[in-house]
Amino acid sequence: MNVLALICGALFAAGACISGMVRPSKVLGFLDLGGRWDATLLFVMAAALAIHVVAWRIVKGLRAPRFGARYPGPPSQTIDLRLVGGAALFGIGWGIAGYCPGPAVVSLVSGATSSFVFVPAMVIGIVLARRVAP
Amino acid sequence: MHDLQPLHGVAGGLLIAVSLAVMLIATGKVAGLSGIVGGLVTADDRTWRAWYVAGMLAVGAAFAAVHPSAFDTGARVPLPIVAVAGLLVGFGTRLSNGCTSGHGLCGMSRLSKRSIVATTTFFGIGVVTATVVGAVLR
Repeated sequence: MNVLALICGALFAAGACISGMVRPSKVLGFLDLGGRWDATLLFVMAAALAIHVVAWRIVKGLRAPRFGARYPGPPSQTIDLRLVGGAALFGIGWGIAGYCPGPAVVSLVSGATSSFVFVPAMVIGIVLARRVAP
Repeated sequence: MHDLQPLHGVAGGLLIAVSLAVMLIATGKVAGLSGIVGGLVTADDRTWRAWYVAGMLAVGAAFAAVHPSAFDTGARVPLPIVAVAGLLVGFGTRLSNGCTSGHGLCGMSRLSKRSIVATTTFFGIGVVTATVVGAVLR
């Protein structure tokens, strides 16, 4: 399980680096419609979604995961303020800095000053959310 | 700003998806990145999360060593504003239980209503925010 996690973390980082999604300038090149628009993010999402559709198909045909108790049941249908409000706050932060959680953590080892500021602030935000809305 | 790199985007997207898909199939976990990282500080099962992050950092370090231009050096906004953005991303993703990977990829691909609502919300607000900030900066 731990080795698997190590490999998956490595694969994720490789994907984030190759696709350019560790660069806020590239993410913001997609989100900022006023500048020179860069659609790379769309290709990342499309390719990843295609794989995931297949992954859920595979899961459907399996009984139980090798390293876990069970597969997730049908998704919850509850749309509440917590979901929409949280996603909106995330969108504001993402649109300002161009970092989402995974790529921001990968960037820590690049020496990018902004990731040194962003990641600790993000961790504080995570802890705060757990306190305010457990 | 950069130019479109569709092949890099597709190759990177495939790797990201395989990483999340292997976690799903092997462990049954919808392991989005905000959840993995968040769990390092708030959950009980920290060991596998630490290994996951170790893998991320190792490959990130390899890219930084071999191909430093894979990363940005400067930020678009001053650092105190980057800190506010980080706070919002951490708080918001935990409140809504997912980020670009958990809701945007894992959830959207199984047509989860919650994930579709979350993803359209953070993409929509992200576009508006980045466009407004860009207009102020230009």
